[in-house]
Amino acid sequence: MSSQYAVEMINIHKTFPGGVYANQGVTLKVKRGEVHGLLGENGAGKTTLMNILYGLLNRDKGEIIINGEHVEFESPTDAISKGIGMVHQHFKLIPPLTVVENVVLGSEPIFGRTFGRGIIGKIMRALMPIDIKMAVEKIIQIAEENGLHIDPYAKVQDLSVGLQQRIEIIKTLYRKADILILDEPTSVLTPQEVDELFETLKEFRKAGKTIILITHKLRETMALCDRITVLRDGKLIGTVERDNTSPEDLAQMMVGRPVVFMVDKGISSPGDVVLKVQDLHVKDYRGLESVKGISFEVKAGEIFGVAGVEGNGQTELVEAITGLRKPTDGVIIIDEVDVTSKSPRFVREVGMSHIPEDRQKMGLILAFTIKENLILGRHYRPPFANGPKNMLLNLDRINEISDDLVSKFSIKTSSSDAFAETLSGGNQQKVVVARELAVAPKLIVAAQPTRGLDVGATEFIRNTLIKMRNAGSAILLVSAELDEVRNLSDRIGVIYDGKIVAIRGPDATPEELGLLMAGHVQGVD
Amino acid sequence: MMQGLPLDLIGWVFAVTLQMATPLVLAGLGGMYSERGGVVNIGLEGMMLMGAFTAAAVTYYTLNPWLGILAAVAAGGGLAAVHAIVCVKFKGNHIVSGTGIILFGAGFTTLMLEVVWHRKGYGETITNTIPDIVIEPIQNIPLIGQAFGVISPIVIFMFVATILSWYILFKTPFGLRLRAAGEDPSTLDSAGVSVEWTRAIGVIISGCLAGLGGAYLSIGFGSAFGKNMTDGRGFIALAAMIFGNWSPFGILIAGLFFGFLDGLNYAIQIYFPALLPYANFIAMLPYLLVVVALGVIRRSIPPKGIAIPYEKERKA
Repeated sequence: MSSQYAVEMINIHKTFPGGVYANQGVTLKVKRGEVHGLLGENGAGKTTLMNILYGLLNRDKGEIIINGEHVEFESPTDAISKGIGMVHQHFKLIPPLTVVENVVLGSEPIFGRTFGRGIIGKIMRALMPIDIKMAVEKIIQIAEENGLHIDPYAKVQDLSVGLQQRIEIIKTLYRKADILILDEPTSVLTPQEVDELFETLKEFRKAGKTIILITHKLRETMALCDRITVLRDGKLIGTVERDNTSPEDLAQMMVGRPVVFMVDKGISSPGDVVLKVQDLHVKDYRGLESVKGISFEVKAGEIFGVAGVEGNGQTELVEAITGLRKPTDGVIIIDEVDVTSKSPRFVREVGMSHIPEDRQKMGLILAFTIKENLILGRHYRPPFANGPKNMLLNLDRINEISDDLVSKFSIKTSSSDAFAETLSGGNQQKVVVARELAVAPKLIVAAQPTRGLDVGATEFIRNTLIKMRNAGSAILLVSAELDEVRNLSDRIGVIYDGKIVAIRGPDATPEELGLLMAGHVQGVD
Repeated sequence: MMQGLPLDLIGWVFAVTLQMATPLVLAGLGGMYSERGGVVNIGLEGMMLMGAFTAAAVTYYTLNPWLGILAAVAAGGGLAAVHAIVCVKFKGNHIVSGTGIILFGAGFTTLMLEVVWHRKGYGETITNTIPDIVIEPIQNIPLIGQAFGVISPIVIFMFVATILSWYILFKTPFGLRLRAAGEDPSTLDSAGVSVEWTRAIGVIISGCLAGLGGAYLSIGFGSAFGKNMTDGRGFIALAAMIFGNWSPFGILIAGLFFGFLDGLNYAIQIYFPALLPYANFIAMLPYLLVVVALGVIRRSIPPKGIAIPYEKERKA
């Protein structure tokens, strides 16, 4: 063929309704038969670029050339006919349907002849019986050739996430794709499933297929990709060969400045006790006791980290402290006020701020604007409310304060009137953090504060927490990521089966903490 | 009571069951096409009224009930097309549009009743209604003789439509795409199929079937168009659809069940005059039963993407 490139996207521009730039003059060239990494933080415009290539979105400007041929894609059908297949981050599968139904959707094989191209032919094709047997045979053949074994008659909702991804890959192969786009394929997989996926992708490369891998994870980029294109804020930063780069270089390209993987937080100078938990017992939603007698203290200017495998009572502990769940026994004291079994509003009034573990369900109302989300929970009192009995919202002050917070916490949005659901995950979390930390709380309860965030947002949130600690807040940090706990905490409590089994300093080794988290408590007083 | 009476009575109830069930099943199947594709269609009532009126009016002028049927199907489909344009093309609220369809159907047909027949309440009696098919050999079989011995072609079509709908929904590319449009439109879009067309066709089919159900009321089972003659059957059809869990045979069974309750109600009123003072109360019982049944016994699972307009250009 004329070109060594399978895909050339030249000077692509895309603006979403509402004026958010997703792509500004991005050029991407992918060689035939390579694994090409498309690297960038959440919200950098990677998925948008690929949705344009796949015909799901229209571009404002730019050219697309597939195998040397200029193309205009009206819909994914056109892209599919050029051999492009896409595995979306959120699978495009319909759970109540079977594997085979999901695979054939949109290109169903039918019994009988093909009827012509006119409208009558179209109607006839839509109403002939689907040749399920033929489809199943084809799926089994694809499965055997590629080692992607699956039961074609199983319902998708009964299958594991790893198997669901396998269906997505089979879907693209069924449509004879030789250019495969995979959007964050590893984010939902277990480590073993990731290994399997990588083996499959390496096989595809051997078979001459072209693969575009969208990711923000440096490790898998370095492990799999031949060349890497980095996007930041919708703009092209550059394309590099894997052999000529390093994770540090890539991280810098992604974030725009050198990234420090370790945080230098300085020495803590703990003050008075702010949070005191005594012999706390809490039942979970099933009525089973999941916090079984926990006692600890957190002092002002100190980060107390709770390390542990998820499901050992962390969620209930946090809920009890924040007032979301009534403990069955024990005492919680914040700043010398007994807040046991008090309402969340009471606890917040005492000076507690809460960064909840699920920002979309508990931290934000996605259908509200950023501005509205920024005042939630303090909306009922000055400065956000005024008038007789604080019955009215003070819109001027709300505008001022929220615009100030948006810039102070560098929340990336076109306006503070944008809906929270339009933000990327990192920016959503920044909204939560901005709201919770703006009031200079005495106590911050941060549950999984960086879960699912990219490098830049993670760094920002961690630095913000350290700043708050240095400013004198007491911080209770609950995280499933051991590195995060070790990095940030001044003291580490290990939670296992509803109890704090040990309290260690920040110099505890990961091995020791790992053993404690797994319930090996020998040598603990 | 005499020996023969109960059998006759039961046979009569069966016959009424079939007649009462037909418009419900047809409109219910219609609702299924719309809702399986993700568009709520509470406007069935209005589409049925449109069908009932159009069938009567066209038959009145042309003296050909089959033309009346065709016109009713077209009128129901046409009104549904409006619903499709509002809900699918312009992403309007399905309930608001559906309410508009109901009100329009009721108002327009009431107005046209006076324009066509210069009367209020009921139009002139139509003499050329759809002729019943007489099947002599089974006419005298006890129990089922009354129901199936003399049967309207539309009643027969109800059974055909049920089987056909099952085939279309579960065996054809269109059915698969329709179900996909109702469960997760973005997946259908990603598979290269137009969500808008798929949904719109589903809505229009729903109007056609509802129109046919309405036609049965005015020129099949009855012989005139009456003001608001559907009498809430569009809503009962919706209940039958939910009761039948959005599946063709479920809707058939649910429709027959509602028809049976109607038949039972008439039987009580006619054969047990002592209960007449309580007729309205008895007429209410089936619906009470439905509320209880829907709330307590069954858990219906609607399509996941129902009532959510599909926006392509939404930032993920």
